[in-house]
This record gives sequence, structure tokens and C-alpha cells, in this order.
Amino acid sequence: MFSLCSKPLDQHSAYDTPDKETTGARVIFEGRVRRNNRGRKVSLLEYEGAEKLAQHEFEKVVREAMEKYALLDVRCLHRVGRLKPGDKAIWMSVEAEHRSPAFDACRYIIEELKHRLPIWKKEYYEDGDSGWINAP
Amino acid sequence: MIRLEVTYYALLRDMRGLSSERMETEAHTPAELYRALCEEHDLRLPAKAVKVSVNHEFQTWDTPLKDGDEVGFLPPVSGG
Repeated sequence: MFSLCSKPLDQHSAYDTPDKETTGARVIFEGRVRRNNRGRKVSLLEYEGAEKLAQHEFEKVVREAMEKYALLDVRCLHRVGRLKPGDKAIWMSVEAEHRSPAFDACRYIIEELKHRLPIWKKEYYEDGDSGWINAP
Repeated sequence: MIRLEVTYYALLRDMRGLSSERMETEAHTPAELYRALCEEHDLRLPAKAVKVSVNHEFQTWDTPLKDGDEVGFLPPVSGG
């Protein structure tokens, strides 16, 4: 499952819900807002996403991961709206029978999502400047 | 002429000054449409840096457009 959340991720019903009984390994990845980025002090940042498109793309990535790794469940929550340093921006849970596919798939999925999900962030700096990240 | 709804995201929304608009166009593909919009509104982001969606699915630039389609233009992403 995948969701874009305008509230803190740990308030979502899918956050940290009980594992499947068949799960022997669960890897959780949490991405947070960094205080410093490329030598600049971040005061806040703003995420926006294209929800339907992001949902479809997440499902594609998970289908691809399921073909490569023996997985039981993948869940991902991504924040939108204004966040400050230390806030959780993304939370992902990957469940498998064994640890090896869970670790490998977690890395694979997060790298694919970072490149493919239609989500954008704009950083605001302490010096008053701001800008879209990755924008040329 | 076909009628479309066009959505701009992030940097492109800032450049266009609005997030979506309905329009009539003679463009047959997203490539033709984007070229026309860049000229009309001075969007300074080359098509090679942009992705396109039609009816909430990623599509190629030469996908034929039809009346009622929802077209999205998406700048480089930065999630996670």
C-alpha cells in the first residue's frame, strides 16, 4: 500500500501495523528532513505529489521488486506539505520470510521510488532563499 | 480542435503561474502541446527534463491526444 500524507506519518493507520504471521524479516526505512543540504542550512521544506500517478508508479515498482525478490508485503507512506528538519519524510516497510530479500528489496525499492515517484520538494533556507531540488 | 485539462507541477507551476487550466488546442501530441505552451508562456524547462502523463499514467511524448484528456507536465522529481 502507498499513501501521500499531509499529517505526520506515525498518525497513519498503516504505520507500524502488525506484521503478517508468515513474516520472518521486516526491514523499515525512514527518510528524514536533513538540517544541512549541500552546505546550506534548511529551515523548512515543502513536498508536493501527484497522488494518482504516484500510486500507479509505486504499484509498478513493487511488482518489479516482487519479480526479483521473495517478498510478502511492501508499504510506503510519504509526507506532503511543510516539514521541518528532523521530520519523517518517507516511511517504508518491507516484509519477507527471510532477511536477505527484505534488506535487498528495501534498498532496491527506495532507490527506484526516489527516481520515479512524481513527488517534488522545495527547500527554504535560513538565509531566506528557496528553490526546487533537482530542478535545473 | 480538442479540449484538454492541463496540470503543471512544482517548478513548472511556478513558471506558468497556475496549477491547471482547461484549453482548446490543435496539438495532436504532448510534444506539440508542450512546445506551444513553452512559446506562449515562456516555460524555461526543456522537454527532455520533463515527463508527461495522460489521464494519470506516464506516457510518451508522441501519444495521440483526444478530446477530454487530462495532461500533466512533470519536472524532475525529488521525493524520498
